[in-house]
Formats: sequence, structure tokens, C-alpha cells
Amino acid sequence: MPSLGADMESGTIVEWHVKPGDTVQRGDIIALVATEKSDIEVEVFDNGAVREILVPVGQEVAVGTVLARLGDSAEPSVGPSSPPDSSPPVVPPSTPAPVIPAPRPQPTERRVISPLIRHRAEELGVDIDHVVGSGQGGAVHRSDVESAAATGKLASGFVRASPRARRRASELGIDLAGLVGSGPDDSITEADVERTVPSEVAQPTVEPLAKPDIRGDGNQKAAMRRAIASLMERANREIPHYYLNTTIDLQPALDWLAATNIERPVAERIIPTAMLLKATARAAREVPDLNGFWVEDHVEQSGSVHLGVAISLRGGGLIAPAILDADKCTLVELMVRLRDLVSRARSGVLRASEMSAPTITVSNLGDQGAEAVYGVIYPPQVALIGFGKIVERPWAHEGMLGVRPVVTATVAGDHRASDGHVGGLFLAAVDRLLQRPEEL
Amino acid sequence: MNEKEVIEVIGAVLHRIAPEADLALVDPDSELQEQLDIDSMDFLNVVIGLHERTGIDIPERDYRQVSTLHGLVGYIVARSD
Repeated sequence: MPSLGADMESGTIVEWHVKPGDTVQRGDIIALVATEKSDIEVEVFDNGAVREILVPVGQEVAVGTVLARLGDSAEPSVGPSSPPDSSPPVVPPSTPAPVIPAPRPQPTERRVISPLIRHRAEELGVDIDHVVGSGQGGAVHRSDVESAAATGKLASGFVRASPRARRRASELGIDLAGLVGSGPDDSITEADVERTVPSEVAQPTVEPLAKPDIRGDGNQKAAMRRAIASLMERANREIPHYYLNTTIDLQPALDWLAATNIERPVAERIIPTAMLLKATARAAREVPDLNGFWVEDHVEQSGSVHLGVAISLRGGGLIAPAILDADKCTLVELMVRLRDLVSRARSGVLRASEMSAPTITVSNLGDQGAEAVYGVIYPPQVALIGFGKIVERPWAHEGMLGVRPVVTATVAGDHRASDGHVGGLFLAAVDRLLQRPEEL
Repeated sequence: MNEKEVIEVIGAVLHRIAPEADLALVDPDSELQEQLDIDSMDFLNVVIGLHERTGIDIPERDYRQVSTLHGLVGYIVARSD
């Protein structure tokens, strides 16, 4: 179970996308994992063949637990009864993980499947490895096999659904695979699940139905709040923060943006946030002391800039996945990826590489927020860059006073890893880059 | 399109972006973004969604005219046949 963000302690397998014997290539999405914040697609870190799946669908395991074993693609796959071998566990290398005290891989509970049930599965032509078990620890009952055979719905059938929809469906005992989604990318939303509740059930029991809904919602919110609380507590306890701010003239950047957006089809328009992110990513490359991780007693600079973007979720909560190699992509590419990332963060499906990757994070309060944000660093990162809302202010430029759009940029830096001087250089670089928007 | 049809389209577009938003509760003459708590990315997605459904493109220079529900509905009605 990879660490998908510093605040994650455990995850639940929602779906396996592979089975023993399947050949996989580095980067293939092999499983969907539910965490307190989001559903995350887990990519495999190496080429090979899946030899054994150790954690069944529905089981929650701690970060560090071996999920499956991978072998040479040339070797024949082995059955689940074979003795453990030395093939590497399928745990993607989680970059910031060293700081999280990852528990030793624990012996995972094996799925209990009796010979009788195996036999029944064979009779019905059902692949037992893909049947969702309803018993304890994902144990497969006879009824699971029979219902899988009747509906043809196996664990491998990928259903896009928000975490809330999944939770609600399981409360109501509804199979998500039978629903049509109305959310982004046709994902199933909580409302889609609610709509399937037969009215004759809903009417006489308005109270009982309403209560679990509120409780479910509250539970998820509370779980996310706890995750944020524990991470921020740790950040403020361990990281001696220093703060700097500077106000940046955005007139040239916004003029350039307005001119280029006139030429663009509406779907390719760029918003100012994308420019701020691009300038930050470039500055992170120029001033690498702020781009990396605090590991034990020293800073490890990252060779790449994976820009974490703090995205607030509707209904509360916060998630900060990364735009990978944000310094290398063009402004247009960055905009496309930002739109995609925000939409997937809100619909609840992110990738493991995006969750574990950030080397530096940006918090952008957007249009409705305050003028400056002095953030709390996401451990083990060593800096958080903040942008307030863009406002018009009196501004002196070449000896003349005028009204210009400006933004306040801030650095929250880890004083163990860098000093204020470095933070100042970083902000100066962001400012300089934003004065030549055409070069971003 | 008449006013009612335009409001329905806006509601459908908004539903994908802010599922809990209820246009019936919106004050038509104050800032839409502020009332619905949507940011510039969300607003761009509204503009893209309206373009997809109505073919009407709202250029950035007109964003001020469409910052309220009233303004937005009037803008679309005036430009649809």
C-alpha cells in the first residue's frame, strides 16, 4: 500500500484491475484504492507479470503492506498456494515516504475460499479471483459467486464513482455497476445512488433514510478533517516555519493573457492561476533549496519539479495532488493539466503518482479569498508558496502612480532547510518571471 | 431561447461544477461567483459548458456583464435566436 500523501495511514482496495498472470508495464494502473480523501488509481512501478494478489477487494490495510507480488514476465504465474518467493512487492516507490514511519509489511489476511465455493465458481464459469467477497476480510460466500454469475459483475469491472457515492451505495446495498453516472466523466455521484432508491422504500422511512445520509456525510467530513488535523499538527510541531511576502505587479501578465485569450477557442483559455503556477514551477527549478524533502536531518533537493496544488473540495476539505514536471510543460499544457486535475480531484479519482509526488506546493486562495495566505508546509516538503486574490491597487511604476492589478505572493519556508535569504530569492524569481509572461 | 430555457441550461451546466448549487436560492442581482463560491477555474468551466450547449461564446472582456445571474441570462437571451 503506497503512501498517497503524507497524511495517509491506511487504504482500502476498491478494485483490482489485474489478476495473477497478467503482464504489466511500469505506469499501468493496477488497482483503485480508497483513502479518507479520495479514490486513487495506483500505478505499478516496474515491468513484469502479476504473480499473486495478497490483499483482496474491500480490505483496509496500513501503508507499507504488500498488496501483490510481481515476477518476471517470462516466468509462469503461480497459484496463490505457492510459497512466498523473493519477487519484489508491488509497492510503488513513494518518494516522500521515508519520513512516514511506514509499518513493516504485515502478514495480510488471506481470502478464505472453501473448496466447495471454488467448485461452484468453476461450475458457473466465474473467475473466483474477481468475485467480490461479502464476508469478513473479503471472504467469498456461495451467494457472492452466484450473484457474480447472475449479473456478470466482477470486481475487475471498473466503475467510476465518487467516494460518497460508494459509501452511500454500500449503506443502501446498491450495486454501483448497474447505475448510470451523471458526474464528470460519467462518474456516479451520490445523487445517482439516491435516485435508485425505490420510492416505496423511501416514503415510509424518510427518517431512517435521511439519518444515515447525514451521518455518512458527517463521517467522511470528519475523517478528512482528522487527516488534515493530524498532518498540520505534525507540520507545526516539527517544522520551524519562516514567512516572507512580496507584492507583484500583474499588469504585463494580465495584458498578455487577455491578448492571447482573444485568439483562443473558449475551451483553451488560460486563467491567471495557471501563470502563477508556471512561474512558481520555474522559480523552484532556479532556487532548488525550496524544492524537495526534509529527510531525517537534511534537505534532499528534488531533480524534478512536481508542483502540488492545494484544491479545496466542495463541501469542505482539501487535497493537494501534483502537476508532474510542471516546470517543463508549456503554459497551455499546464492549463489543460490543471483543469483535468481539479476536475478529477473533485470527482474523486486521482493517481498515486500525483498524490505522492509533490516536491513543493502552491496554495492559491483564488478570487473570493483573502489578499495573502501564509501557509503551513506539507511535510516532508520544505516550502509552501501562497497567492492571494488579484486586486487593483495604487502602484508606482516608472515614477508614475497608477492603478494596477497586483497579487501578494508568500513563501512559508522550513527554516531547517533554508534561510529567509533563499525564500527572498525565490519570490524575486517569481516576480521576474511574471514580468515576461510571453516567455513562461 | 427564452429566459426560462436559458436558466435551465445554466442550471444544468452549474450542476456539473457545483452540484449543490440551487439557482432558485441565488440573488439574481449579486455576484454569482461569490454566492456559489466558485473560483475562476469553475467560472471558465461554466463559460465552456454554456458554449457547448448554446454555441454562444462569452469573451473575457464581457465577463463583467455576466457576473450576476440576471446579467448572464440577459446576455445569452440577447444572443440566441
